[in-house]
Amino acid sequence: MLYRAAVIGDSQTVMGFKAVGLTTVAVSEEKEAARQLHKLAETGYAVIYITEQLAALIPQDIGRYNDEPTVAVIPIPSQKGSLGIGLQGLHQAVERAVGADILKKQ
Amino acid sequence: MARLNVNPTRMELTRLKKRLATASRGHKLLKDKRDELMKQFLDIVRVSEKLRLGVEKALTESYAGFQAAGAVMPPEMLEQTFLYPKQRVGIEMKFRNIMSVDVPMYDVITKTDDKADIYPYGFAATSGELDDAVFQLAGTLEDMLRLAEMEKTVKLLAQEIEKTRRRVNALEYVMIPQLQETIRYITMKLDENERGNLSRLMKVKDMMVEQNIKAQRARDGLA
Repeated sequence: MLYRAAVIGDSQTVMGFKAVGLTTVAVSEEKEAARQLHKLAETGYAVIYITEQLAALIPQDIGRYNDEPTVAVIPIPSQKGSLGIGLQGLHQAVERAVGADILKKQ
Repeated sequence: MARLNVNPTRMELTRLKKRLATASRGHKLLKDKRDELMKQFLDIVRVSEKLRLGVEKALTESYAGFQAAGAVMPPEMLEQTFLYPKQRVGIEMKFRNIMSVDVPMYDVITKTDDKADIYPYGFAATSGELDDAVFQLAGTLEDMLRLAEMEKTVKLLAQEIEKTRRRVNALEYVMIPQLQETIRYITMKLDENERGNLSRLMKVKDMMVEQNIKAQRARDGLA
């Protein structure tokens, strides 16, 4: 089965990804973002990129896919810049596994 | 430490000893699994952190390109150019097994292979900045998918490590001490019974000897 990849974000950010062949979903509002995320996850999208600005609003909805092997929800910076949420997610995973954030010091 | 609620019998003792042996072996195996998982996990995390920083930088750059293009082109026009994309990205998903954790691996399948043939618009009415931005973003796509793969792997491994660590701790600090405590309790109880039985026998023997002596003396007195 062929899976697909999508980008959720504000229309400005999302525009470019359309050109390179990803499905794009332009949303500006929290509830809509969560709804679209679940819809994409259920319809054969293996990788869903979401802008950090939106990801910050719906952490629970994203957390739902943490342990799901076939759906990866990956935060990316938007045109407004990076909030560091992606890296933070990585550090959280380390904390979960090791018990302490051992990446931080470096 | 609480001991298990069992009858102090010899049968129970053998059963518990067997369980203790299994628990100790499981503990050792799980501990090895945890250590190996941790080793792999840390390697992947380091690579994935680097990759993320790279992707974020590349994305920011191509956003700047789009913004520059947006500055020289009217926004409706910009939107129009992307109305019908030429390129389509599909993902073939395979699974790789890391220490019994299935992690996904993505293969990109694109509709057009030619890197120069992805522009969904004519070049006449659009600015050159746009071409550059699209080209750069297309180049980042591969890294973005790799990043998705790595980050998913990190999350799945983190979950497995957490689970394994819990199991190791449960065995080490609850199961094994409990079993040891119960085994000691049963051994003590059995030994105590044994000693009780022995002293009772000695006492009975003493009484019988005394009785015999008395009977003998009575006979001797009569004789």
